[in-house]
Order: sequence, then structure tokens, then C-alpha cells
Amino acid sequence: MRRSSPTLAIAANTFTELVRQKVFFFLLVFALLVIGNSAFVAKFSFQEQFQMLKDISLGAMSVFSSLIAILATANFLPKDMEDRTIYTLLAKPVPRHRYLLGKLCGIALLLAAAVALMSALFLAVLWLRESTVLAETRAQMAGAPPVELAAAIREVTATTFNANLAPGIAVIFIKAVLLAALTLFISSFATSSIFTILMTAALYFIGHLQATAREYWLSGADVEWWSRILAAAVAVLFPDLQAFNLTDDIIAGTAVPLALFLNTAGLGALYIAVYTALAALVFQGREL
Amino acid sequence: MILRKAAAVALLAAFGAAVIPLQTLIQSEARAAHFQKTSLDIGLREKVGQSGFLAALSGFRSPIAALLWIEAHSAWERTEWGRMAGLFDTVTTLQPRSIPYWDLSAWHMAWNASVAAMQNEKQPSEALRLRAQRAYIQLGKDFLERGIKNNPDRHQLHLALAVLLRDKLSDHCAAAGEFLKAASFPGAPPYAARFAGYEMAKCPGREREAYDHLRRLYEQGEKQRLPSLINVLRDLENRLDIPAGARIQDATPDPT
Repeated sequence: MRRSSPTLAIAANTFTELVRQKVFFFLLVFALLVIGNSAFVAKFSFQEQFQMLKDISLGAMSVFSSLIAILATANFLPKDMEDRTIYTLLAKPVPRHRYLLGKLCGIALLLAAAVALMSALFLAVLWLRESTVLAETRAQMAGAPPVELAAAIREVTATTFNANLAPGIAVIFIKAVLLAALTLFISSFATSSIFTILMTAALYFIGHLQATAREYWLSGADVEWWSRILAAAVAVLFPDLQAFNLTDDIIAGTAVPLALFLNTAGLGALYIAVYTALAALVFQGREL
Repeated sequence: MILRKAAAVALLAAFGAAVIPLQTLIQSEARAAHFQKTSLDIGLREKVGQSGFLAALSGFRSPIAALLWIEAHSAWERTEWGRMAGLFDTVTTLQPRSIPYWDLSAWHMAWNASVAAMQNEKQPSEALRLRAQRAYIQLGKDFLERGIKNNPDRHQLHLALAVLLRDKLSDHCAAAGEFLKAASFPGAPPYAARFAGYEMAKCPGREREAYDHLRRLYEQGEKQRLPSLINVLRDLENRLDIPAGARIQDATPDPT
């Protein structure tokens, strides 16, 4: 039997369990939001329509994926202990770190499916709106010279889709898995899922200010010593979640350089690896 | 267990310190690529309120901007120009890289609000109506200038500013400069360079420069030899007294 099979089995089981808990019902809300938004913005100019459709859809994608990551991860350890499934599992030759890794992989799989489904829905609505706008443009410019019509169509298509949406969506996924790993670390010593959720929510906000604290600390500003120590503590102990907020500017048409995307993805992978390792370290000594 | 927790915190701190150079690199790369330009400061807090500010801090700037834009649209339907200006200011602060937000904010102010101010029946004084009109045009110009500062890598707002300077302020010299700046960007529409020449031709003292510029475009071939360009070139040839042998030999006369 391959060494990784317990991890994969736990991952598959976690994914199936979460699907059975009807986690994907959130997609109905997402669909309502995206389709409703698409119908509502029809009265705006096409530039405004596409801008707002992307703003709301990618924002909702980020909210939903973060919520799934935090809630699903915070819930599994207390639930497994309550159901006593964890005792059955760990009584077998399954090391604790593999149990955690399997659970995280299952949640990551769920997040990948959720982000893929939301992206498909978002892109389908965007494509439908683009088709409508293109049909309107062709009708309005029926008598115009072909060069002008081609330029107008080019303007519409350039506003709708651009290749940068893909790294933007990828970063949303990476941030969600990072949050899952962070929640996993907290739940490794937490006594209840409420505590884990509250702590992760607090860390979520602090994480978005980490870059500000880091800059403040590194700038060497002439301030009170305790103020600098506080900024240093925030910079060192908390993740830089602001680094994963690329979508706001991607929506506005800013191109993502490959180096920036790769470095951001690398930073995300590092955080995920370290939080998972720390969770395993703490969970190893936990009395069950 | 306590020892493990202490070790975890120590390792977390060590990792946090080790990863700082990468975080700083990503931040500088992001800023160089025009990401994260929004300054989340007390000014923004006052504009968007506490919950909006919290959402903006959490990485939800763009959905908030979209919602405020819809609110601004409702204000437009009720012709609340002052409220619109405030909302546009907030939206553009939240999404400084969005060209449509800057462009449309400026258009609403310089075109719609300025005309409404001039036609305001509640204001009997023409001088005050005129002053309000100019204030709105200036506000539109201000939006475009701030938009350009936030988007130095894009041509669209230079074009919009050039049109505003030409049509609303009749400042042909400044309009020529903005059309020229727009034309210098890769991907700018070909008419930007032509329009720069037309505006230069209307700018006192720059006739020769306008002639040389338009002549260069003319020499590029049929694509640039539009009736307007030929007309302006011919007018400039007359004004500059260009010798007959050096004049353009276009066979499509258009005396209008």
C-alpha cells in the first residue's frame, strides 16, 4: 500500500462529508447574486456593467471561499471528537499529522470545486452579458463603416474578458486555502469551534493590516519603543493577507506581472506549509 | 503540551521574520505594477463609514465601490449633483485604477452637472449660474487629473482630459498637449495624434509645429490622409506661406 493512501482516503472522506452537509447550497446564493446583479446593471453603460459585474462577483467569490475555508475547517476537529470518529481513526496506524493533512486536503479540494463552480457561473454570466452588448452594438452601428464597427466590438470584448482574471481567481483560491491552514493551526489547540472561528476572524482583519504594521516597523519612524515592538510583533506573528488582494486592481484592468503572481503564490504555499506543520506539532501533543 | 505551544509560537515568529524580505519584495513588485494604490486612511474612513472602512480593510474595496456607484447612479436620476460628486470621490478613492469610474465621474460633472447648473431656474443670477457651471467643469477636470496621476500607464484619461479642455474650456494649447500624451502610449487610437495636430493648429504660436506634426502623419500614408487632416494642412500651408512646391499634392480637394 502506498504511503500517502491514508491521507488521500481522509481527504476523499472529508470532501464527501462536506458535500453531504450541503455546503454547495451557497452556490444558489452566489448564482442569485451574480444573475440578479447582471439583470440590475443592464441600465448602465457597458463599461459600468462589466466593471460592477466583476466587482460584485469576484468580491462574493472571495467572501464565500473565505467563509467556507474558515467554517469547514473550524468545525471538523470538534465534530470528529464529538462523533468519536477521530478515536477510531487514530487507533489505526494513521499518524496525527497525516490525519490533519488529509483533512486539509479534503477542504482544499472542496475549495477548488467551489471556486471552479463560482468561476464558471461568473464567466457564463459575463459571456451572456457580453453577447447582449455585442448584439446591441451591432444593431446600433448597422450603417457604420466596418472599421468603426470592428473598433467598437474590440472595445466591448477588451472590457469584458482579460487574461488577468485567471491569476485573480487563482489568488482567491490560494488565500482561501491559506485561511483553512490558519484555522487548522488554531483549531489544533482550541477547545471549541466558536473560539476557532472568532480567533480566525480576528486574525483575518489583523492580517490585512500586517503590511501596514510591517512598513511602520521597517521605516524606522521615530516613535515610542513599545509602539515599534507592537508593530514588529504584528509583522512577525501574523500573515500578510493584503498581499493576496490582487483582484480589486485586476478588475480595474491592471495587468499582473508573472513574477508578482508567482511570488504571491509562493508566499501562499509557504504559509500553508508552515501553518500545517505547526498545527501538526501542537496536535501531536494534544490529549484527546 | 505547553512546551509544544511555546515552540510553535517561537517557530511562527522565526518564520514570520524570515519571510519579511519576500513580503517586502511582493509589496514593491505590486506597487511597481500599480497594485494597492488605495490609501486606507482616516480620510477614507470618513467617506465610507465604519463598516465600509472595515470592509475596505478586509480586501473588499471593489464591491463597496460598485455599491456606491449604484448609489451615485440613483443620485443622478434625482439630479443630486453635490451628492454625486461626493460619491464619485469615494468610489474613485476606493478604486483608483478603474478608468470608467474616473472617466464617467468627470463626464457627469463637466457635462451633465455643468449644463444643469447653467439651466438652474431656481438661481436668477446668471453670474452665479455661470460660476456654478465653471465649478462643475473644474471638478470634472480635477477628476481626470487625479485619475491620470493614479493611472500613469494608460492613455484613456489623457484623451478624456483633452476632449474636456477642447470642448468645455476651449484651451486648445493644453488639449493638444493631452492628445499628444495619449498618442504616445502604445495601443492609443490613431485619431489621438491627428487631434493633437488639429488642436495645435488652433494654438497661437504653434502653427509651424502643428504643420510639421500633421505633415509627418500625412506622409505615413492613406490611413492618415483624412479630409479633416488635409483641410487643416492646407489651411496651415496658407497661413505659413509654404512654397507651392513644398505643399501637399493631394488630389481630393475639399474646400469646406
